[in-house]
Amino acid sequence: MMKIAVLLKMAPDVVEELEIAASGKSLDFKSLRMAPNESDEHAVEEALLLKERFGAKVIVVALEAPEVDEALFGALANGADRAIKITGLRENLTTAEEADVFTRVVRGEIGAIPDLILTGVQAIDDLDGLIGPLIACELGLPFLGVVVGLSPCPDGAGMVALKECPGGVRAEFDVTPPAVLGIQAAERPPRYVPLAKLQAAAHTKKIELVPVPLPTDPVNPLIEVLRMRRRAPAARAEMLSGSVEEIAGRLCEVLAGQDLIEE
Amino acid sequence: MSGDIWVLAEQWRGRISEITYEILALGRDLADEAGVRLEAVLVGSHVRGLADTLGTADSVLLIDHPLLAEPVTPTYADVLAPLLADRSPAAFLVPLTNISLGIGTLLAGELRLPAVNFCRDAHFVDRRLRATCVLYGGKIEAEVTPRGGATAILGIWPHARPPEKGHSKRLPGVEEIAASPDAAPAIRFRRYINPPAGDVDLTKQEALVAVGRGMRSKENLELAEALARGIGGAVCASRPVVDQHWLPLSRQVGKSGLTVKPKLYFALGISGAPEHVEGMRKSDCIIAVNTDPQAPIFNVANYGVVGDALELLPVLTRAVEGRKRAGGGAG
Ligand SMILES: Cc1cc2nc3c(=O)[nH]c(=O)nc-3n(C[C@H](O)[C@H](O)[C@H](O)COP(=O)(O)OP(=O)(O)OC[C@H]3O[C@@H](n4cnc5c(N)ncnc54)[C@H](O)[C@@H]3O)c2cc1C
Ligand SMILES: Nc1ncnc2c1ncn2[C@@H]1O[C@H](COP(=O)(O)O)[C@@H](O)[C@H]1O
Repeated sequence: MMKIAVLLKMAPDVVEELEIAASGKSLDFKSLRMAPNESDEHAVEEALLLKERFGAKVIVVALEAPEVDEALFGALANGADRAIKITGLRENLTTAEEADVFTRVVRGEIGAIPDLILTGVQAIDDLDGLIGPLIACELGLPFLGVVVGLSPCPDGAGMVALKECPGGVRAEFDVTPPAVLGIQAAERPPRYVPLAKLQAAAHTKKIELVPVPLPTDPVNPLIEVLRMRRRAPAARAEMLSGSVEEIAGRLCEVLAGQDLIEE
Repeated sequence: MSGDIWVLAEQWRGRISEITYEILALGRDLADEAGVRLEAVLVGSHVRGLADTLGTADSVLLIDHPLLAEPVTPTYADVLAPLLADRSPAAFLVPLTNISLGIGTLLAGELRLPAVNFCRDAHFVDRRLRATCVLYGGKIEAEVTPRGGATAILGIWPHARPPEKGHSKRLPGVEEIAASPDAAPAIRFRRYINPPAGDVDLTKQEALVAVGRGMRSKENLELAEALARGIGGAVCASRPVVDQHWLPLSRQVGKSGLTVKPKLYFALGISGAPEHVEGMRKSDCIIAVNTDPQAPIFNVANYGVVGDALELLPVLTRAVEGRKRAGGGAG
């Protein structure tokens, strides 16, 4: 049976205010709310869809982070076969370090290289490169990104991957496993896990803890962040304020000025 | 180490992508700052003719082979890697597009080179390369420098420079580079699927009411539809709205969707991630409504409202209808 490993990581929730650390070189991780990286959730969903439609063993591997248990139990509740949480990590890993950790777990804990390794296509903090291609390099596998659909090849072995191109065009690729694929969006929106189902999973299923200690100092990072800052908002916009009615009135004038309200 | 600046000249289906000219303009600035050559690297099949449009570069390195007809990410990376290892430019600028995504990181991983992703600009400071990157959905800017002397792979966002600055009438010299791509790679192109025609052509609308995740539910989209009817426009969306199947792909604006230039673009509950902004920033007038005063969409908007789109929409639609009636009554 096809074996699929999905790599899941948490990323700062950007709808929240992002604070810069005192060093001025990273975010202040204490103040952040974390959420699963959006395209990683789609990668989990795509793996579960493949399992349902064609049969597969799905292993979700995540880096330890606040709130990650919920994401892992959610995956288990939805049908993932195993959930692995990598522990003993520093905060603020570079993407290269994350790729290195994932690779070691795939080699060690999962044993044989899975047929498919799915990651989200990119994360908002992938500053030193994308994790999928980095893992592909370490494992000597091919990589294809921006994938929005996967199915078994109708006329032979392997898989067909659907990749998004500009302007709504899509391209089909034959993929001979093993391969690393960067998932942009699953064919269906990631399924919602009702709280009761989540709680049941937390009681009956187990997250496997796998310690992968890293040196306390970053492993020879190839890039250096000199400075990080919030982008100044409203550089260009004229901000409208007042009551909702006042704002609506002002906007009406703007629309009328554009000849969009035919009087 | 040649110290030169290289640009991956992205072409797709026989055309040079606009972002190529933008990055050529950035590359030109960098090469002039450092007093080195700018080389464009063009990969494809039967693309020799396209090299003539790359005159902003001092020369074009052409890798032309029938097996490179379509952009298969690992195949392109495989043919670029030995060239890069052999010539060691100071930097290789790679577009962050659906077509080229992954090529830069594959090269960096393969050759153990520093990669800097999400760059919007770059300079030399004390002869060291320094990149300005936009992270975290457009909210954070970082100054980053590659370490060591190896080739830096820079992933470049759209609009690093105006594309016009990267055009030139000059004919560049072309150096053909032999390549022998794997004839049976693990990932092989099959075919393209063109998008089904949408119910509306977004690119022909004068006014677009764009909805994002901030609209919360599919039911709420009716509020946007009502405003669109009022101003004679159509509803379009950011990616999460389409991924949730609230609207079809033909309504998506941005990197993977359409590029639009309406007279008016009304962005409701859209954060303004770079992938969305690249599809709408050329609109004549942009109005953004967002509950988050820090939302990056306010960086591209002409008018901004910090507030709840769901609350504003019905009031605004009523005001528009009222104004129409008043106008109609008077005239
Ligand atoms: C390869 C690739 C291609 C992509 N292509 C595209 C593309 O073509 N198009 C695209 O759009 N994205 C694309 N993306 C995704 C992009 O990175 C963002 O994730 C996406 O644009 C975010 O959409 P959003 O603004 O609707 O959602 P969010 O970023 O979640 O923003 C929602 C916003 O709504 C605000 N909000 C919440 N409630 C309210 C309310 N009641 N009233 C007003 N505001 C509210 C919040 O403050 C927030 O700013 C692509 C990504 C990748 C990696
Ligand atoms: N708010 C909307 N505005 C316009 N068209 C919509 C809207 N919601 C759904 N549709 C159309 O209805 C079809 C079915 O939607 P769905 O059931 O969500 O996949 C879509 O393909 C759209 O064409």
